[in-house]
Amino acid sequence: MAINWFKYSSPASFYSLAGKMIPVFVFVSVVLLVAGLYVGFFVAPTDFQQGEAYRIIFIHVPAAWMSMFLYVVMAFWAGIGLAFNTRLSSMLATAIAPTGAMFTFIALWTGALWGKPMWGTWWVWDARLTSELILFFLYIGFMSLQAAIDDPRRADKAGAIIALVGVINIPIIYFSVQWWNTLHQGASVSINQAPAMATTMLTGMLIMVLASWMYSIAVILKRTRVIILERESHTAWVAELQKKGAIL
Amino acid sequence: MFMWIIKRDLLLAMRRQSDVLTTLFFFIIVVSLFPLSVGPEMNMLRTMAPGVVWVAALLASMLSLGRMFANDYVDGTLEQMLLSPQSLSLLVLGKAFAHWLVTGVPLVLMAPVLGIQYDLPADALFVLTAALLLGTPVLSLIGAIGAALTLGLRGGGVLVSLLVLPLYIPVLIFGAGAVEANMAGMDFDAHLSLIGAFLLASIVLAPWAAAASLRVSLE
Amino acid sequence: MLQGVNLACVRGDRELFKDINFSLETGSLLQVRGPNGSGKTSLLRMLCGLSNPAAGEIFWNGTAIRSLDGDYFADVTYIGHLSGTKDDLTVIENLRISSALAGFEISANQAGEALKHMGLKGREALPVKVLSQGQRRRVALARLLVCSTTLWILDEPLVALDVMAVKLIQGLLEQHLQRGGVIVMTTHQEIEVAAASIMQLYLA
Repeated sequence: MAINWFKYSSPASFYSLAGKMIPVFVFVSVVLLVAGLYVGFFVAPTDFQQGEAYRIIFIHVPAAWMSMFLYVVMAFWAGIGLAFNTRLSSMLATAIAPTGAMFTFIALWTGALWGKPMWGTWWVWDARLTSELILFFLYIGFMSLQAAIDDPRRADKAGAIIALVGVINIPIIYFSVQWWNTLHQGASVSINQAPAMATTMLTGMLIMVLASWMYSIAVILKRTRVIILERESHTAWVAELQKKGAIL
Repeated sequence: MFMWIIKRDLLLAMRRQSDVLTTLFFFIIVVSLFPLSVGPEMNMLRTMAPGVVWVAALLASMLSLGRMFANDYVDGTLEQMLLSPQSLSLLVLGKAFAHWLVTGVPLVLMAPVLGIQYDLPADALFVLTAALLLGTPVLSLIGAIGAALTLGLRGGGVLVSLLVLPLYIPVLIFGAGAVEANMAGMDFDAHLSLIGAFLLASIVLAPWAAAASLRVSLE
Repeated sequence: MLQGVNLACVRGDRELFKDINFSLETGSLLQVRGPNGSGKTSLLRMLCGLSNPAAGEIFWNGTAIRSLDGDYFADVTYIGHLSGTKDDLTVIENLRISSALAGFEISANQAGEALKHMGLKGREALPVKVLSQGQRRRVALARLLVCSTTLWILDEPLVALDVMAVKLIQGLLEQHLQRGGVIVMTTHQEIEVAAASIMQLYLA
């Protein structure tokens, strides 16, 4: 069956397609979330070193992964929007940013909660935590820049440039922070030396990662739909939707 | 044309010397605030010195970013530059270079004096100055992108700090790291080489990104 | 030489104009008219290559300007609302620097001649900030005397000028058209310029 993909690159058809897809992703993400949390909290064994406290990784690790993936995905779509002048990809990038920032925030927060029993303090200037903090700043910068610009096309393009500059810089920042960390901390405790994980722990974590993906897709699609409505409010097809009472 | 733009911006800075001095004094005041806030204990000040001087340099350079394009934007000369048949990236490089001459170089020259206040040994002073000399142009170049993106926006000055400061972190780490390494009796060549690499990379990439940002902002 | 095809302009979510078509040959002048906010300046900025049309294409000698870039800018002089002069620089510095950045390096003598022609003799060494609006306008327009571009795009060039200066500029425009140049301009005044062809474009 041949699908005309280009058809869905127009905001109007994407709007209706996304509307049909969102419930599917919501359902899958809820199922995975329940399964993942069950495995994480009831099936996975207690860690012999860290006790029960380690269980926070079932949230922390997926959140940290998502925060990094989403930045790259955001920069990718923003870049496509800049290069090919496709409005929909820029809207996707704008829709991704808050979700990415939220995951970064969760990763930081759960990292602190994990740090308290592990290191005896809420915050350590560990390389990963620090990089995550800087990533959070990058998300905030992207969102504030877009929020400050009234003209949506300029906001798209300016956001794309700063996202791409950020993506080039992330490896450099990551590497610098790593260097800085080894220089200053020497041989302190690090997550790097965590003992090999039991299979069930790994399974639980992977399920949680998948659940986060599904959640992100659902939320991003929903947010893209809202952005489309906002930007296209003057067009005929939105007016028609409004007449039908499909949107409030 | 590269020379013309540098000449022009230097001439303008000469006519507005107070702007240049404000940045320099900001730098001096921030550095002088630290002993007042943490106490005059010399051992502690010595360990803090590289970080304090670098953070102050970052802030001073960032605060002066507004001048790089904003005035030209308001009076229409920036618009004319965008219509120049020559490469806009080259022009941006010229402007960033002029910005560095006007704001970066005074900081580099002042740094050893401030280092003495913090009782840094002579060779640490040398490393600090060398690191600043290599690092401050990177700040101007990366800053050009932020300044170009926030042209004409409300709250542009605060916004530019959100955009630019995270990108300054690698320079900060290796800049301050070079001095610390030297004081710990370690080799600092690697640090300086890395800042040099950042400088080369930003000479190639930053003007290009800033030029694209200017086109977006003036559309 | 200059051709606009189905040009449209969108600001925010408002469409300023669409389906604008025109074609200008050598020696012709296009006067863009319309009420405030009708998109005159937006159209001129598009023709300069400062912004992209929401739809349509602009051609210069048969080639789309978005693929010409620097080569196109070498043929265009744009004088907009903003004077494009620096308050802190002197009159002659302003002229020499703006010309150099536009790709025409001129000597102090050439600049002096042009300023004399514009009625700014004796004011060459004054900083622009002490000049009146009309005099600033003259400094900006002096660029027309020293440039060798074909296409002039002028946004309200006659604003703030006195009767003498208006005559002077009209003479300048006439000369340019006779030499085979092309002019696109906006003005609320009637223009008295002898030209092979004067076209009017109304933006509603």
